[in-house]
Amino acid sequence: MTHRFDSVDAVREGLRSVDYLADDSIAGIAYLADRLGKPVLIEGPAGTGKTQLAKSVAEMSGARLIRLQCYEGLDESKALYEWNYKKQLLRIQVESGDDTSWTDIQDDIFSDEFLLPRPLLEAITADDPVVLLIDEVDRVELETEALLLEILSDYQVSIPELGTIEAKQVPLVFLTSNNTRELSEALKRRCLFLHLDYPDLEREKEIVMTKVPDISEQLADQVARIVRSVRQLELKKHPSVSETLDWARTLILLGIDNVDEKDATETVNILLKYRSDIEKAIKDFGANSSAHFEPNSTT
Amino acid sequence: MTAVNQEAPNPLFDLLEGFVQELRSAGIPVSLSENIDAAEAVRHIPIEDRLAFKYALAATLIKNDAHWKTFETLFDVYFSLRGQEYSLDDSDDPFGDVDFDEDGSEQPPGEGGQGGGDGMSPEELAELLYQALLKGDDTLMRAIARQSVKRFAGMEPGRPVGGTYYLYRTLRNLDLDGIMERLMDQAREQRNDDTSSLQERLDRDEFDTRIEKLRKEIEAEIRRRLVADRGAEAMAKTLRKPLPEDVDFMHASRDEMVLLRRAIYPLTRKLAVRLARKRRHKRKGPLDFRNTVRHSLSYGGVPADPRFRHPKPAKPEIFVIADISGSVAAFARFTLHLVYAISGQFSRVRAFVFIDGLDEVTSYFEGVDDIAEAIHRVNTEADVVWVDGHSDYGHAFEVFWDTYGKEVGPKTTVMILGDARNNYHASQAWIIKELQHRARKLFWLNPEPKAYWNTGDSIVGEYGDHCDGVFEVRNLRQLERFVDNLV
Repeated sequence: MTHRFDSVDAVREGLRSVDYLADDSIAGIAYLADRLGKPVLIEGPAGTGKTQLAKSVAEMSGARLIRLQCYEGLDESKALYEWNYKKQLLRIQVESGDDTSWTDIQDDIFSDEFLLPRPLLEAITADDPVVLLIDEVDRVELETEALLLEILSDYQVSIPELGTIEAKQVPLVFLTSNNTRELSEALKRRCLFLHLDYPDLEREKEIVMTKVPDISEQLADQVARIVRSVRQLELKKHPSVSETLDWARTLILLGIDNVDEKDATETVNILLKYRSDIEKAIKDFGANSSAHFEPNSTT
Repeated sequence: MTAVNQEAPNPLFDLLEGFVQELRSAGIPVSLSENIDAAEAVRHIPIEDRLAFKYALAATLIKNDAHWKTFETLFDVYFSLRGQEYSLDDSDDPFGDVDFDEDGSEQPPGEGGQGGGDGMSPEELAELLYQALLKGDDTLMRAIARQSVKRFAGMEPGRPVGGTYYLYRTLRNLDLDGIMERLMDQAREQRNDDTSSLQERLDRDEFDTRIEKLRKEIEAEIRRRLVADRGAEAMAKTLRKPLPEDVDFMHASRDEMVLLRRAIYPLTRKLAVRLARKRRHKRKGPLDFRNTVRHSLSYGGVPADPRFRHPKPAKPEIFVIADISGSVAAFARFTLHLVYAISGQFSRVRAFVFIDGLDEVTSYFEGVDDIAEAIHRVNTEADVVWVDGHSDYGHAFEVFWDTYGKEVGPKTTVMILGDARNNYHASQAWIIKELQHRARKLFWLNPEPKAYWNTGDSIVGEYGDHCDGVFEVRNLRQLERFVDNLV
């Protein structure tokens, strides 16, 4: 089997070329996923670039991205395959005048022609290299997870009427999860595990500078620092990377190049979406000069 | 993923095997197939690239973010002596790999003045540390961490004390608080114009991060030396800390509490999903006679196709009654988080808290975004003290029975959380008996170890006779088991 990536550094550079800044663990695991031919389960808070990673890997390797969005109630006919009933019915009606035997028709209507591939089947039957993204896998019920197991471990799909369809090439598979529920052991065991947390200061700053080209380094640095401070508060929802980017763009549009308390207070609603969180952050921006500092200086 | 073992035995696999053993004895579940994956992975990642090697092992062996910290510590211990000059033959002599006095040569010369490190006075070292923190110079910081451990920790081979002791001794001598103040003063001077509070906050956070980094360096250095002294296996054993799911609620530290809280939400969602599934998959409702007759017409009057009514989806109603007295304070805090999480998943949850009086606190949790605020209100506003503020389960149950007893119906599940330490008051166990008759189910969750039940003033047995189940719930794992058994 040929491999897509030569080395960990090649992955990192490749991702950088499509504007995705990977740290050591991300690049390392993407590389391993390719070498071992194993799916990657990406877990972490919302808005840390889980889905984007799959997209970027597809873009950098020039592969087609096939995406399966999971939701409660997802079933076989939406995820794997479905028989095209209408076409089958037509076929039977066309034949009904002739004296074709029933077995012939039956063989005929359960063939590839009448099969509607859904994302999972499509991914393994593709001739060209593909990246399969199974998004928000924690949204499906525990039982539906079992649908994924065959394809994840053996890259094959069993269709009772047709037999087993094996993959022509091993697709790179990414699963994302927001961890709203514990995934089953069986699923986890089959995957490499990557926890994507909020980036550290340096990386976040770099991300801001990459994604918001007009920004000055000084402002990007300040943005990253403020966001880091906000994340240390006990909030209902911490600002995600995409919200950081939105905020940076807002500051640019408003022509602010040095954020003070007033600017931060006025624009914090870009960063935080819950009223109680916003109030907390504003309180923190303004009040800590006296409240936060004095008790410490005496000790 | 086959054919890993066909080649000549690779010493790395023995090492890996030992490491997996350590993980398992720390409580992290590592399956055989994961072990094979790890072995496969290390063939592609050279051990010399320490960071990549660590992430490769983590990706294959650790499938739960909460286990990461335990993994990292164990990794450091297990592989700390097997660095760049990795070779298994040397590992018999742990001191051979590490030459403490050559540490200085790892940094660019002249940067830290490490050559004369031993000769420096404590004041000079402090000054150097201050400079390093001010500039955020990682290399210099690492060198100082090593130097200060060497100097202040007073480590002697074979001395039977834990790492925390050495850490304490080192930090005490460094006076980080004082340095923090100097850093802040310096930063303020540099800005000199307006003392913008936001900027000050940012500076403080920055220095906090750097000091935290230094602390980690010092910890790592102490660990490294301990491993050199005692050997990796022995160290791994002493460092073994409970995984988040095994942390005792009663004795959880603040950091552990944060982790626990994060873990509650998936759990309550699981509970909700299970209850909902039961509702959906339950048998059909009673026979719908009219509908059956109507459909029998198409079979010539034979009721071949019996029709059933749709069952009314029973909305589970949950009553949580929680002890928030001092003896279970830590558990109570956790309990309130649990109540909050549950009320987010179920439409009808009512919460009661008691010490020797009892009060309903449902409204405090309703429509509240901020759980901390709700808990604060519970602790300050709820009217739970009747006489002296010592637990009196009997009286609290009396109040509950008189005020809310009638509202407990056949749909209600009652959960009582507490240690049943009644200070020798009257138990009023008949109330529990009555409640059990009325309610669908009645469970008692006790945060005390089972061995302590019914000792001293604990009368959980007396109450337990009338419950549908009494469970020891001291940690997340037990709570999860309770949820699993519930439905």
